[in-house]
Amino acid sequence: MTQPAVQLTGIVKRFGELLANDHVDLTVARGEIHALMGENGAGKSTLMSILYGLLRPDAGTIALDGEPVVFDSAARAIAAGIGMVQQGFALFDSMPVVDNVIYGAEPTRRGLLDRRAATAAVSELVERHGLRLAPTDRVGDLPIGVRQQVEILKLLYRRARVLILDEPTAVLTPAETEQLFTVLRDLAADGHTVLLVTHKLHEVTAVSDTVTVLRDGKVTMTGPTSATGRAELASAMTGREVDLDRVYPAGQPGAEALTVTGLTVDGRAAGRPAVDDVSLSVRAGEIVGIAGVAGNGQTELVAAIAGLLPARGSVTVGERELSGLGVARRRAAGLAHIPEDRAEVGAAPGARLTDNLATGFHRRPPLLRKGFLRSGAMRTHAERIIERFGVRAPGPSAPMRTLSGGNQQKAILGRELTHEAPVLLVEQPTRGVDIGAVVGIHTELIAYRDAGHAVLLVSAELSEVLGLADRVLVMYEGRVVAEFPKTEADPHAIGLAMAGGAPRGVAGGTAEDSAGGAAGGVAGAAGGDEADVVGDATGHASENMAGDTAGDTTGDAAEDSGGGAA
Amino acid sequence: MIDAALFSSALGALTPILLAALAGALCQRAGVFNISLEGTMLVGCFAGVAGSWYSGSVWVGVLTALLAGTAYSLILAVGTVTFAGDAIVLGVAVNLLAVGLTSFLIQTVFGTRGSFSDPTLPGLDPVEIPLLRDVPFLGEVLSGHSALVYVSWIAVPVLALVLYRLPVGLRLRGVGERPEAAASLGVAVDRYRYGVILAGGALCGLAGAQLALGNVTMFSENMTAGRGWIAVVAVMLGRALPWGVLAASVLFGLAEAFGFRLQGIGLPQQATDAAPYVVTLLALFVFSARLRSRRATRRTTVT
Repeated sequence: MTQPAVQLTGIVKRFGELLANDHVDLTVARGEIHALMGENGAGKSTLMSILYGLLRPDAGTIALDGEPVVFDSAARAIAAGIGMVQQGFALFDSMPVVDNVIYGAEPTRRGLLDRRAATAAVSELVERHGLRLAPTDRVGDLPIGVRQQVEILKLLYRRARVLILDEPTAVLTPAETEQLFTVLRDLAADGHTVLLVTHKLHEVTAVSDTVTVLRDGKVTMTGPTSATGRAELASAMTGREVDLDRVYPAGQPGAEALTVTGLTVDGRAAGRPAVDDVSLSVRAGEIVGIAGVAGNGQTELVAAIAGLLPARGSVTVGERELSGLGVARRRAAGLAHIPEDRAEVGAAPGARLTDNLATGFHRRPPLLRKGFLRSGAMRTHAERIIERFGVRAPGPSAPMRTLSGGNQQKAILGRELTHEAPVLLVEQPTRGVDIGAVVGIHTELIAYRDAGHAVLLVSAELSEVLGLADRVLVMYEGRVVAEFPKTEADPHAIGLAMAGGAPRGVAGGTAEDSAGGAAGGVAGAAGGDEADVVGDATGHASENMAGDTAGDTTGDAAEDSGGGAA
Repeated sequence: MIDAALFSSALGALTPILLAALAGALCQRAGVFNISLEGTMLVGCFAGVAGSWYSGSVWVGVLTALLAGTAYSLILAVGTVTFAGDAIVLGVAVNLLAVGLTSFLIQTVFGTRGSFSDPTLPGLDPVEIPLLRDVPFLGEVLSGHSALVYVSWIAVPVLALVLYRLPVGLRLRGVGERPEAAASLGVAVDRYRYGVILAGGALCGLAGAQLALGNVTMFSENMTAGRGWIAVVAVMLGRALPWGVLAASVLFGLAEAFGFRLQGIGLPQQATDAAPYVVTLLALFVFSARLRSRRATRRTTVT
């Protein structure tokens, strides 16, 4: 078997003026994990859609195991052994795992669904690949990471030999990501070929054997991952030098701007509070970073400070006590907030950019006069933000959702920074944002700090927290369990605290493991060599962490789907 | 006040609602909110009477109703599936068109206005079930209905079987829950939607046949009188589950029969005719209150 499992030759795809794929060649060997990298809009998804038969190339050929093939539909590609997990899940939440897996290829007995045979087939796959789920589990009750495994099961059930995963980790916690990678490595060892579409450098270095980078529809680099440096990948993606691990100079903190004392938020389940007696302060001219595995109370903490969640305890901005006040009053008192979820909370995706940027400024002059909004002033206001923060948009009247993720984020960032509020709460500022745009966003946050504002930063990317923050707090199970000044912020110690290993010391083995759970962030900070070590160090601790965060996500998802069904 | 005859008439009254509601549930399951039940049923009423009158056979009438209902539902199918129109807007249009169309046709076909009936118009005969009819009370309630009443009873388990035990039912539920996911697995979403809308049209045609040839033997303008809308409510109350829809339809059938009975004790007809609608309103209140409390629990727990 010397023939490559997948060979794309000279693929060209044009959408009107846009050349999405420009003579792309891609060779993927059997049994390897091949990372396809590139920024948003580089043509990765187009190329994969062509391989999966969703799009037809304008030119070029596809060969599987050396045999030329032509796919005019996904059904043809599936029949040829290609499977694709698309971005966002294509699952039926109300149905059990087994129904999701067999859907479209159901085993029957005398015309009726043969659930017994289906369950047996699914159980067999689950066992063979060491997945952690039961065929009878309702998908809506499963954690996000496990749902991803259901997607993979669907492919395996259809006997796919080439698995395409399009940005599979966008919705996963670091621990879930590590679990996914374990499954992928296992599949590759089993003779499956995996094509991983991603724009995250640390994922490429952690899991792939070979990497191909696309930029503006062209292949800019391809080669074995082990022989490729992170800087090389980054410049192949962006077309310029990018300083990935830049650590910004410390700020010059002044007076306390935000003080939180004894803040407690009730948890969903009785017993454990989501935020448990947290006290912290952020000074003017200081960025305080909160690190932690997702689901340890960071989201709730920020929501409570912003007034979005009821909480006990005290929150003061400057001299002003905020407890008991609503969101608008808190904002007026000097809070700005860039929420984690820009599509749901941060912006109205269907509304115009102008309207989105006016929100929060709409209750007072110059946008409001005599009870009426002034459309001219709104437009000027929007244009000013678009200009200053370099938001790339078709125009101020374009609906928010037509902007790329990075540009949406820049717009929201711009809106909130424009408030010049003394205290900024910012969550996951660069999630889903291109590497090129990340640096810009970081620079803006640092500039905001240096202008004398206080910033409370929550990020799942440890490298981001380490690079930006003047002080790092670690949250675990709703509590602040450790605090590190910038000079003492060490990825390993922080990783240990994130896994609940602080403040009491825990044996060295666990430290390794917990760092593995936070592989994403640690890899970013620790540099190429160490990243591999850390990525491989998946032990039981990180799996336990996965269990924890998993529990939280499930709750959300299950309730959401319940509402949808009703 | 409450006796076997009341339940027996309730069974007759609930049948058109049940058949239409099953149509609605089927569509709902495939993600089509079908509010055209009322109009399609009315077309079925007219086609049933016309078919029966011109052929002299009630069964030709029933078949005509079924085919007319199917054909008429094509408007909704083409509009919502092929042209991606809004199902509510189209549904309203289809319902309004049915009223106008049948009023027009009654004049051109039968040459009368308002209503058409004739002693020689063949209607559905009661079917006596051997053995069962001799059982006291139960026999009186369950035996002696038109064949379509029994068809509707069979339709409930059949729909349940199709939805939950056949591959086509699994696919259909998937199409309703997440069409893009179904499509990604090679299931032709549009074909399923066409299928349920047309099958729903056939069921509504049968509902109309039962109403115009079973419950009564005549056609009159707008004779469905909101039963299709009650069926829409039954779909929601029964959460588009076959047995749930049956339970909701029984509730409305009883209300209609009971309202008719109230006339017997001297209440004005206008008041008693309102009984099913009052029950519908109450049911909607209960339903939305339940929904709201569910949402409220959700809100307090999520955030």
